[in-house]
Amino acid sequence: MSFIEIDDLEVTFRAKGRLVHAVRGVSLSVERHESFGLVGESGSGKSTILRAICGMAPVTAGSIRIAGERVRHGRAFTRRVQMVFQDPFASLHPRHTIDRTLSEPLAIHGIGDRDAKVNQALEDVGLGRGFRFRFPHQLSGGQRQRVAIARALMLEPEILLLDEPTSALDASVQAEALNLLSRLREERGLTFLMVSHDLAVVDHMCDRLLVMKEGRAVEQLDRAALAGGTMQAEYTRELFAASADRLTG
Amino acid sequence: MSATTWLRDPNPRSRLQARAGQAWLGWLRFARNPLAMTGLVIVLALLFAAAAAPLIATHDPVAQELAGRLQPPGSGGYLLGSDEFGRDIWSRLVFGARITLYIVALVTVTAPVFGLIIGTVSGYFGGWVDTVLMRVTDIFLAFPRLILALAFVAALGPGIENAVLAIALTAWPPYARVARAETLTVRNSDYIAAVRLQGAGPGRIILGHVMPMCLPSVIIRVTLDMAGIILTAAGLGFLGLGAQPPLPEWGLMISSGRKFLFDQWWVATMPGLAIFIVSLGFNLLGDGLRDVLDPRSASR
Repeated sequence: MSFIEIDDLEVTFRAKGRLVHAVRGVSLSVERHESFGLVGESGSGKSTILRAICGMAPVTAGSIRIAGERVRHGRAFTRRVQMVFQDPFASLHPRHTIDRTLSEPLAIHGIGDRDAKVNQALEDVGLGRGFRFRFPHQLSGGQRQRVAIARALMLEPEILLLDEPTSALDASVQAEALNLLSRLREERGLTFLMVSHDLAVVDHMCDRLLVMKEGRAVEQLDRAALAGGTMQAEYTRELFAASADRLTG
Repeated sequence: MSATTWLRDPNPRSRLQARAGQAWLGWLRFARNPLAMTGLVIVLALLFAAAAAPLIATHDPVAQELAGRLQPPGSGGYLLGSDEFGRDIWSRLVFGARITLYIVALVTVTAPVFGLIIGTVSGYFGGWVDTVLMRVTDIFLAFPRLILALAFVAALGPGIENAVLAIALTAWPPYARVARAETLTVRNSDYIAAVRLQGAGPGRIILGHVMPMCLPSVIIRVTLDMAGIILTAAGLGFLGLGAQPPLPEWGLMISSGRKFLFDQWWVATMPGLAIFIVSLGFNLLGDGLRDVLDPRSASR
């Protein structure tokens, strides 16, 4: 039994009387401590799967299980699964200091010793304590995303959902953020489920990946298959060719 | 370390310092605007007049001196003249500042707070909650303010408190509208999704995360409405529905000066000027605050 199991997931949005099938029967499984990638162009439903796991999208069929149990969205769930959002400029409250942003999850769950924990979290993501009482607008994009990662880790979750965590960042900052995520995963034994449209990023981060198109799964690959270029589907080959020059192999 | 370097420190060492630093930056932005500073000076002068009324006033505001009635400004020791009972208009204006502030304070602690709560709850939950609350808001928006005040006076008797109640009851719907509009733009943002994902309940999200985003527009709206509130209170006083004689309420003073408008112009003009200056002060202050508090301009 895998750690995260998604079976025949369907997500259907109702928009102005029309039904929009964002995800159509996708199944995937992620092992504990694994890093799993979801790849596809925009609108392929990959972010919707993350949102469905968090209860932010309407699941119309199929099931999501974590450690064998059907997901129930309550407080226990939030301590187990956290998410890092795509745009660090939109995911931090503009009127809260970094301190407030990071201590909020602790306050919600009634966890004490907040000062030490906030300082530790800032150190862990490579920001000094000097950043603690700044406002988000006083930070750069990369620094903000580090804060967002620190916030996601405040409740010490086992699973981190990453929704294109670096696509809003510059190339050089992107690499730093990815290395930070890899390091944290190793140190804490986290399980990653990562969404990206960039094969190079997924190749760098993930053990296995699922290619999606128009809400359906196209092909599942592991890293060796990606490196060897032994993919089956035509669509995967196209995606691969588009980012081949940046793949490290 | 001087006070300014402490305030401008990019790496504040405590919550207090961070907040003080932000306030300082806001103040610098505010102080660059001469009109806003004019407004602030007027409002501070009003506060000072109200606080130090017994010291500034030259006469007892209610003491009648029939020998010196309707004296023109500057004569007989009356700085701004005297009214039909020989009461000093300057002293009455100064003591009237207290009543004006009392009305303004009562309205501002009730109407915007109520409107903010209704608006954020309505905007955050959406659905039928939104529909019900907004229809109620529409109903209150449709109440004519003076007619409602008349109804209150008829039911409860005339007085400042009833006037304030009537004003507050008809003043909150615009704040609810403003807060709801702001909430709608905020509620689907990633930072609200993030805090929801951390297990926060609706109460915590609305109070701690949505309201801070709505507060600036509501505060701006309040300062801009302040002039309207003062004018309505004065209007109610003028109609005899608000403050009752011999209270030195400005609208009431204009009303009693009406009879002498052509021969003794100062009796009605002086309180009119006071209302004009104070309303202008609040309007200028509100415009200045908009530049400081507007989240769109303050993000940099």
